[in-house]
Amino acid sequence: MKILATVKRVPDPNATIKVKPDGSGIITENLKYVVNPFDEIAIEEALRLKAAQAGSEVVLVSIGNKAAAEQLRTGLAMGADRAILVLAEEELDSLAVARILQKLAKDNSADIVIMGKQAIDDDANQTGQMLAALLGWPQATFASKVESLESDDEKKGVPGIVVAGSSAKVVREIDGGLETLEISLPAVVTVDLRLNVPRYASLPGIMKARKKELNEIPVGSLGVDVAPKLKVQKLEPPPKRQAGRKVGSVQELVQVLHNEAKVI
Amino acid sequence: MGNVLVVAEHQHQKLTKATLVALSAGKQLAGKIGGECDAIVLGKDVNDLASELASYGASKVYVANDPSLENYVADAYATALCQVAKDKGCEAILATATAMGKDLLPRVAAILDAGMASDVTGFNEDGTMERPMYAGNAIATVSINGSPKVITVRATAFDPAAKGGSGQVEQVAIKPQSTGTKVVSFSETKSDRPVLTDARIVVSGGRALKSGENFKTVLEPLVDSLGAAMGASRAAVDAGYVPNDLQVGQTGKVVAPELYIAVGISGAIQHLAGMKDSKIIVAINKDEEAPIFQVADYGLVADLFKAVPEMTEEVVKLKH
Repeated sequence: MKILATVKRVPDPNATIKVKPDGSGIITENLKYVVNPFDEIAIEEALRLKAAQAGSEVVLVSIGNKAAAEQLRTGLAMGADRAILVLAEEELDSLAVARILQKLAKDNSADIVIMGKQAIDDDANQTGQMLAALLGWPQATFASKVESLESDDEKKGVPGIVVAGSSAKVVREIDGGLETLEISLPAVVTVDLRLNVPRYASLPGIMKARKKELNEIPVGSLGVDVAPKLKVQKLEPPPKRQAGRKVGSVQELVQVLHNEAKVI
Repeated sequence: MGNVLVVAEHQHQKLTKATLVALSAGKQLAGKIGGECDAIVLGKDVNDLASELASYGASKVYVANDPSLENYVADAYATALCQVAKDKGCEAILATATAMGKDLLPRVAAILDAGMASDVTGFNEDGTMERPMYAGNAIATVSINGSPKVITVRATAFDPAAKGGSGQVEQVAIKPQSTGTKVVSFSETKSDRPVLTDARIVVSGGRALKSGENFKTVLEPLVDSLGAAMGASRAAVDAGYVPNDLQVGQTGKVVAPELYIAVGISGAIQHLAGMKDSKIIVAINKDEEAPIFQVADYGLVADLFKAVPEMTEEVVKLKH
């Protein structure tokens, strides 16, 4: 199987994010960058599918500036085979990213594209679905699984996406519970938190990654229209909550909720 | 032209509350762009639902009935919806950011070559929109150029539409849609409690509860004494204590009830993103440094295994 997995360079999800006073962006001084946590899960799933089918290849794609090579090397260190970095300095919206991925999926004869369901910086949750539409492929979003992350199957590295010939079964986390879909391949799958626990890159993996192919392509050379339709005009900090107070006992808590806040 | 097209959602032969939220948001947007707010219901035999939606103030409700639309699947719904959107013309296509809205609308946007803003929380006079970014640590003002514009709205940011007005229902002919997707099964969490995203009071438990059994014996009595919905932190769901659809957070359910009680939840950024718009926040945690206390209106530093049963008792006393 030819598996394409996407990788986005995002700020550390545990960092304190502050908006610049002029609203033009977030403060990036001293900010640490990581692989989007959902994309780590996507890479892990790609590696599991590769292990389940001989002759498979995992290709990573990232779109951004040269710094994103760091995140691609992390993915290569986990075990991916090669990586593509589409160099783009401009702001791209989800549709532009989807168009770039459409070209790469075709050029690399992908059988399946696995992506994080959303990037934790813009929280858009659009690109995978848009890519599926552009390719005319089925989509299965918010992929998860029934078995818990502490189950034996998970520890053994069994994939959550079950591929059988030219179709795959995917369990999805939706509003009221878990839905199981059967989708024909090729397809786009976006992954959710509980699909798997991503492996750490091992030291040998990190060493090997340095020699793996990481191909840089300028976005202009792809012949794709990347003019954004969605633009961020400005950022503002969220509304501040009034400071609260501590209460001394359960009795006091229930009393204030009843008499002061009047919510019970 | 210049109209908003709201995409309805239904489950178990009933319109969802999210549909009424979308209609309300759609009417607001239509008012700002000087157009009408229409709606579309897709499915098999959904005429009754369309009539009902018309009684909530949509100008026109398009009905697309076809056996191929009986179960929601993204590809079939997207091509059917785009066919209607192109035929009837619209300035904006809108749905609530439910699992279905999030799954479907981006696909629709790409087919129509349209820009999309997801999880919108407000519409500005100048045509821009607000949406959260960075797990709610920034509120972005965004604009979409071109037409149509595709929008999903955050369910907690708009009140559901009230009854009033009577729109026209119009059948639209739909070709049977081909699909590469089959719904094999749906394992639904059954509960008699209020729906998490709709409830006036939410009580959430964290990993500190230590087991699914403790959720049942310690937390649920408090939940039920308050007539509340129950939620959970990601850690509690990952550990298998409760089903996934109870997770409150940046990538789980976003709730904004009148009262949110966080029990044994430390208050990670990603959890706060899902509940910090609640009117009153209460935190019960034995660690007084837990970040949750920074957003709580009332904080109780206590062992939850003592405090929660005590609180259940006090609430029951209050109600009698």
